[in-house]
Amino acid sequence: MASAGQATRLEPHFQDLAKQTHAARLGMWVFIGSEALLFSALFALYAAYRVAYPGAFEDAAGHTNLALGTIMTAVLLTSSFLVAMSLGRIRRRLARDAVLFLAGAAVLGATFLVLKGMEYAEHFRDGIYPGVWYRASALPGQGANIFFTLYYAMTGLHALHVLGGVLLLAWLAWLVRRGRIDDAYHTPLELGGMYWHFVDVVWVFLWPLFYLLR
Amino acid sequence: MDASRITERTYWRTWIALMALAAATFGLSFLDLGMLHVPVALLIAGAKATLIALFFMHLVQERGSIPIAVGIWFLLLAILIALTAADVLTRDVMLRPPASGP
Repeated sequence: MASAGQATRLEPHFQDLAKQTHAARLGMWVFIGSEALLFSALFALYAAYRVAYPGAFEDAAGHTNLALGTIMTAVLLTSSFLVAMSLGRIRRRLARDAVLFLAGAAVLGATFLVLKGMEYAEHFRDGIYPGVWYRASALPGQGANIFFTLYYAMTGLHALHVLGGVLLLAWLAWLVRRGRIDDAYHTPLELGGMYWHFVDVVWVFLWPLFYLLR
Repeated sequence: MDASRITERTYWRTWIALMALAAATFGLSFLDLGMLHVPVALLIAGAKATLIALFFMHLVQERGSIPIAVGIWFLLLAILIALTAADVLTRDVMLRPPASGP
């Protein structure tokens, strides 16, 4: 039943590829759950400080770049869509399309990082640095300082995940190109895609909290 | 269990829904919703996250241990957020001296 290609990908402790893939996806969901807890601790901290400094948080959120933040949201949502499409194409044996979609998703991820860097540079010019280095004369006060320290911690941690994701997508594109991922076996693409979608979900929450709720 | 049940048409629809929700939350951020401002924004973000998890991450077709694992970590996140909120929202009340009995 299983082709020679499939057989080499099946580990000896699994009965068949379907069970192995299910176990792999379960493992990925558990990993994503632990990542979600890491980010949730920071979201809880944000909630606590927003209750403590409601006015300062609204003023500070009004100081982030709404246009850039919105473009970054569209970029990441579209990038996620391209990764989903690459899986759709590989299942239809259209490996060349899958490589193009993955490359496009990686380019959008890199675009996100460039935009994020531009925004950080903009903040640095205004004296908005994290923690004890904060010296923004336009937004004095502890509340604004805490807002931007959380902003750097949360968007910075997220940006590191995006960086990892871009490298992962590039690697997946290379694997598809080399024929190591195909319609019969695409678990790495599925799991890598799940990671990228999770990074997208985190931004879906960062965007309103740091840009929209002004 | 087999991921091949979700088609490219579903991916397209999910992406269009996500962009529409993003546009909606962007537009709503300019309205003065008062107390509802934060809940509405978080509700829309939650809807987007649900769409991504169900269709891009294929959660809609998972059976058995995966929905259980996801359900449990969602419950843990809810406890983390709810207890933190319960703390900070009731600090004023708790610091007040207790009312004297009748």
